[in-house]
Amino acid sequence: METKRETTPAIQLSGITKTFESVIANHNINLTVHRGEILALLGENGSGKTTLMNILAGIYKPDSGSIAIDGNPIVIHSPEDANNHGIGMIHQHFKLVEVHTAADNIILGDKKLGTFLKASRRERIKELSERYHLHIDPNKKVYNMSVSEKQTVEILKVLYRGADILILDEPTAVLTPQEATRLFEILRHMREQGCAIIIITHKLDEVMAISDRVTILRKGESVATVNTRETDVHKLTELMVGKAVELSIERPPVSHDGNLLEIHHLSVRNEDGVDALRDVTFDLNQGEILGVAGLAGSGQKELCETLAGLMKPYAGAVLYKNENIIGKTPAEIIKIGISMSFIPEDRLGMGLAASMSMVDNMLLKSYNKEKGPFLKRKGARALAGSLVEQLQIVTPNIDTPVRRLSGGNVQKVLLGREIESNPNVLITAYPVRGLDINSSYTIYNALNQQKEKGVGILFIGEDLDVMLELCDRIMVLCHGRITGIVNAKETTKEALGLMMADAAEKKEGKA
Amino acid sequence: MIYFLFAAIKAGTPLLLGTTGEIVTEKAGNLNLGVEGMMFLGAFAGFYVGHHTGSVLLALLASCIMGALGALIYAFLTVTLKANQTVSGLALTIFGTGFANFFGQIMIAGTEGGVPKLPDGFMARLAETPIPLLGNIPVVGKLLFSHNPLVYVAVIISVLCFIYIAKTRPGLNMRSVGENPAAADAAGINVTAVKYIHIMLGGAICGLGGAYISLINGGGVWNNNCVNGQGWIAVALVIFASWSPIKAIIGSLVFGAFSVLQFYAPKDIIDIPNAFYVMLPYLITAIVLVISSVKKSKEHTQPAGCSVNYFREER
Repeated sequence: METKRETTPAIQLSGITKTFESVIANHNINLTVHRGEILALLGENGSGKTTLMNILAGIYKPDSGSIAIDGNPIVIHSPEDANNHGIGMIHQHFKLVEVHTAADNIILGDKKLGTFLKASRRERIKELSERYHLHIDPNKKVYNMSVSEKQTVEILKVLYRGADILILDEPTAVLTPQEATRLFEILRHMREQGCAIIIITHKLDEVMAISDRVTILRKGESVATVNTRETDVHKLTELMVGKAVELSIERPPVSHDGNLLEIHHLSVRNEDGVDALRDVTFDLNQGEILGVAGLAGSGQKELCETLAGLMKPYAGAVLYKNENIIGKTPAEIIKIGISMSFIPEDRLGMGLAASMSMVDNMLLKSYNKEKGPFLKRKGARALAGSLVEQLQIVTPNIDTPVRRLSGGNVQKVLLGREIESNPNVLITAYPVRGLDINSSYTIYNALNQQKEKGVGILFIGEDLDVMLELCDRIMVLCHGRITGIVNAKETTKEALGLMMADAAEKKEGKA
Repeated sequence: MIYFLFAAIKAGTPLLLGTTGEIVTEKAGNLNLGVEGMMFLGAFAGFYVGHHTGSVLLALLASCIMGALGALIYAFLTVTLKANQTVSGLALTIFGTGFANFFGQIMIAGTEGGVPKLPDGFMARLAETPIPLLGNIPVVGKLLFSHNPLVYVAVIISVLCFIYIAKTRPGLNMRSVGENPAAADAAGINVTAVKYIHIMLGGAICGLGGAYISLINGGGVWNNNCVNGQGWIAVALVIFASWSPIKAIIGSLVFGAFSVLQFYAPKDIIDIPNAFYVMLPYLITAIVLVISSVKKSKEHTQPAGCSVNYFREER
């Protein structure tokens, strides 16, 4: 599995486990990196890559497991500890002080400098940037910089500290292809200088292009480590998504016809001005569950929010009975007769008011239908009570603030409320994330019931096994484009995996 | 006119100290609305120690220590316990005011005649004296070089703070903590320590400002409620000075001028109620706020991390 090496590994992680309250982010993970090597850490969203690297960078403390650097076991208490051991992390969200210059950001925390800031602090930065071919104006303020420049500052920052073990968390997520290519050149140059580099990514083409070895994480566990030269995109996909598992989720056949929503050539830009959805066209039918699969960040969030009226596309249309609903406010959309329910990924942030009780959260959706200035809690109380029974919600009582409920029960409250409003379109993003098996099945059953009533359901999912059994059709997104819409009964996990990695192959073909 | 400006400088000095203290605190990322309270603590401690020992140095030292202790309460609440900064600051103001007035009343009750006074020799050492040579320059000498020693101390503190914040490495660390504590933490800076140190340093400077009020403006006699809202003007001045101790010198002069304007305005020409003059500093602050929010400058504004508590493992 691994080529013979005489050197001890630069980093050896063994048996690392980290939990956040009830969620296991990392479970018994093993990983090694050598000097002069680029290791890719590959895994789906939520597989625990970032958590693992944050442990190495001293941001989180592991619950158990050991870390050894150059063969010596160490304990990392803080980011400063990590620095002292030569570990530098370039975070996905840059940790830069916006109002400072590049130079001041780079020297920040350097205790060897004197008390007064001297102009000569820029000399060493210049020397470093020349050695690693990183070009930057030390006097430029960070808030005036492009994303790629900021990343360069981050890299210089860790190099300035003398870091020779570099961790990059999804470094190309915010870069243009040209910038990414330049970054890879920089990384290769560093590898030649003897650095050990870990790059976190879920883009397979990048793994193939830059890494020497790949460690694959799935659901918080390290599944395999392979040499990049001996593998290909197909094998990696398989390792990343895992083998097909029989789940026996029901899929009741439904004989409703006619489409509810027609989505035509929808194109959306995200906050950074990058295309998040490109020319997306599909139909959502009555009485079906349409699954949306794709690697994280392929445009799922933008798709949901555009359909729910929270984001405005720059091109395309969403038709309901031949009427375009783009540009209408959620209230207007309800008036036309679509009752769209959006169950967002961020349950307590966007979905529910965390410090309010179940009853009051029910009211949020219905209070404006009532007359008079006073709230009538009676109906909401009855509704909350019946939901507790129907969905087996575990809560001390219906007046407990929802933030005190476990993740699964919060999800049930949210789903229950949305279903009770009798929608004909239901959008749900990762409804079973973080939920135990029983809660998950309760959610699946609730969704199936809605489907039988003729509701069109858009199911944004991450677990392909579930989607294959629950959904009627599955649409695959890749880099904001639809790479296929298939009948769930007639497809396989491998086929879906390949569609998810579609763009990777195309790029490889060109190169 | 010279007398007016002279009085403005005198009235602006406690504001300058309060403002500088608050700038130091906010630059480290903590909005401490307890300036009024810390000034009260400093005012009382300074007066009490001066009243009993007769030593200027001890009095000033005591006021700094009390201010810093008040700030320590705030720092413990917000940095260690991560309590809401606004509420904690307001609580400190209420506490400081009550503390000074309570023990002030005890001091009044415990003094013969009911008027606690500072010893004469004490007052003489804080008297307005012209600096040799410089004080003899016409007009300028009277205006700038004939003040009580604390005025110079205040200006020197502001200038030192400016140099510290802008030109030194600890100052850079502190600004980084105030702007982006996560970035500072990742760079190996002890965010908690930096916050504690600067909140307490700011508190000490505010306490000194309080001492100025009770020792100089009080004319050697203790008054309950002596600070009387000047701490709040200092908070407003921080915005006026756009978080620069140097601009705070000018700002406090302007605000000091407004606060004494009612005594110097020619009443026979413009007859406006005194309440109008009292309102002016706040009106100016409101205008400054409007201008600065229109300008949307990233640099001369409140530090980005201000009033947000930092918790490393937050997801």
